[in-house]
Amino acid sequence: MSDNKQLTSAAAEQEPRRAVLPAVDVFEDASGITLLADMPGVPKEQLELKVEGETLLIEGAVQPRTPDGLEPLYAEVRVPRYRRSFTLSRELDTGRIEANLKDGVLTLRIPKQAHAQPRRIAVTAG
Amino acid sequence: MYASMLNHPNSLFGQFERLRRELDDVFGDSGLPGSIRSVSAGTLPAINVGHTPASVEVYAFAPGLDASKIEVSLDRGVLRIAGERASGIPENDPKVQVYTRERGSGGFARAVSLPDDVDPGQVNASYRDGVLQISIARRESAQPKRITVQ
Repeated sequence: MSDNKQLTSAAAEQEPRRAVLPAVDVFEDASGITLLADMPGVPKEQLELKVEGETLLIEGAVQPRTPDGLEPLYAEVRVPRYRRSFTLSRELDTGRIEANLKDGVLTLRIPKQAHAQPRRIAVTAG
Repeated sequence: MYASMLNHPNSLFGQFERLRRELDDVFGDSGLPGSIRSVSAGTLPAINVGHTPASVEVYAFAPGLDASKIEVSLDRGVLRIAGERASGIPENDPKVQVYTRERGSGGFARAVSLPDDVDPGQVNASYRDGVLQISIARRESAQPKRITVQ
């Protein structure tokens, strides 16, 4: 059984596993962008967040909590994995992203670079 | 559709991809039949049902809920799950610009019919990682028994 699992995980590393896109909310305020993603069933240990260049990747696997010998009767969630990526922009500070996972909702706070935050420019008459 | 194209041009292809995958999920090759009470993909919460010889297990994928406000009832073999989810987007804030709004909010209710042999007196519900798991015991008479040959 454990051999079998190792085999399947080795095969999965070679080709990306099927995943569904999690539903997200994205909004921006003056200091940064907030992203909320629905990833029900994903515990913290199964969540992966990656920033490569300007691409943000969110991936999570659903941790099955099934008793022994469970036979499916009916399933709407058939792919137990979420994956979605986003292109960020340069004014966002990827080094200071804050992530929080609670009750299956991932909250990402992506702050803007300090110099990119809006500044009021005083206009002097004269 | 058009509103989201205008708001967020980058997401256009993402939406086609999403649609394709949803169709895949609905008409996929799992061979499991659909339920008369099934809802369109993306409706909150998605439900999986399985059974063991001793129990029927219902998994409702309902992220971001307050566990104390989830209502679960079992009546004549139909399990009903109702709740409400607050929107995560700050409303009426002129400084907030919303780009994508896919996560449903507000009240929801779903119903699942259960096999005939469940025992409505033995129901356990727990909420973890955004999944509501409801375990309903099956009557002993329905459980397999080893019969000793005399």
